Amino acid sequence: MIFKDKFAGDMQNPERDSELNEALTDFRLSVHTWSDGAFSRPRTAVATVAPRQFWRLAVGCALGCVLVAGGASVGLWQHHQRVLELRIAQARIAEQQRLAAQQRAQQEDEDLLAKVDSDVSREVPIAMEPLAQLMAEDETP
Amino acid sequence: MATVEEIGAGEFASVVAKHRPQIFRFLLASTRDVDLAETLTQDCFLKAHRNWSSFRGESSALTWLMRIAINLQKDHWRNRRMQFWRHTQNNAVGLDEASEWLPSGERSVEQRLLAKERVRQVSKAVQGLSERQRTVFLLRYVEEAELSEIARATGLSEGTVKAHLSRAVARVRAELGGKR
Repeated sequence: MIFKDKFAGDMQNPERDSELNEALTDFRLSVHTWSDGAFSRPRTAVATVAPRQFWRLAVGCALGCVLVAGGASVGLWQHHQRVLELRIAQARIAEQQRLAAQQRAQQEDEDLLAKVDSDVSREVPIAMEPLAQLMAEDETP
Repeated sequence: MATVEEIGAGEFASVVAKHRPQIFRFLLASTRDVDLAETLTQDCFLKAHRNWSSFRGESSALTWLMRIAINLQKDHWRNRRMQFWRHTQNNAVGLDEASEWLPSGERSVEQRLLAKERVRQVSKAVQGLSERQRTVFLLRYVEEAELSEIARATGLSEGTVKAHLSRAVARVRAELGGKR
């Protein structure tokens, strides 16, 4: 090592200090050996992410999450709406069926009553026949 | 027949092959972090490649590359986003680890231990230097650059380089003297 430092005095001239020279030489050798070892070591590829890219990535991820969550929410809401509409339709059909059955039952009752009225209640018992004839005569003008 | 670009690319490839170990070594000694040194070395050659056409050959390619490396290193530490890492320096190796690499040569065990201790002391002193002093010191005593080359690489005058070097050596000497 050559060090021609005219600026420095004796205390700063390493050529006059063998121990300092040795120390500096050893330091240089150790750095060279360290560097050679590190330079020739097997390397692994690591994808570095610059800070700006990191923020872009983070914002992108956040937006992606929001979109996914939004999409899922809309899907769930639509599914919920469909289930609700199905239940309403089922309830409506059930109500219509119930009303139809009720009407049918009422009709049957009415038919039965009409049949009773025509077939049974208008028949005059034999014991009441004379009285019925009298009433019929009174009704004639 | 090779084109101008092909010739330029070929030249640049040979410059990379020739000087990459030196740039890496300087950055490793400066940062004491292998991964960071590799990253900065890659950045250095990337920047050099982009500006290769503007390199006029006024200084040697190594001096030009060293100047880029010094600036990258400065930018790295000055980057406010990296301040946290500056304080923690997770990947930076300890002083002992750097001294572990000292070749044994034909020394006795005692001499080896003594040399190792001296390297550890120099490393400690270098670590305590200012950024500029450390750069000048490493270029001089690790890369064995001439003062004029250091001046060109750092953009300082030779007088300023000498002043920084003098202070750095005094610091190293004090560290070695204090441990005796």
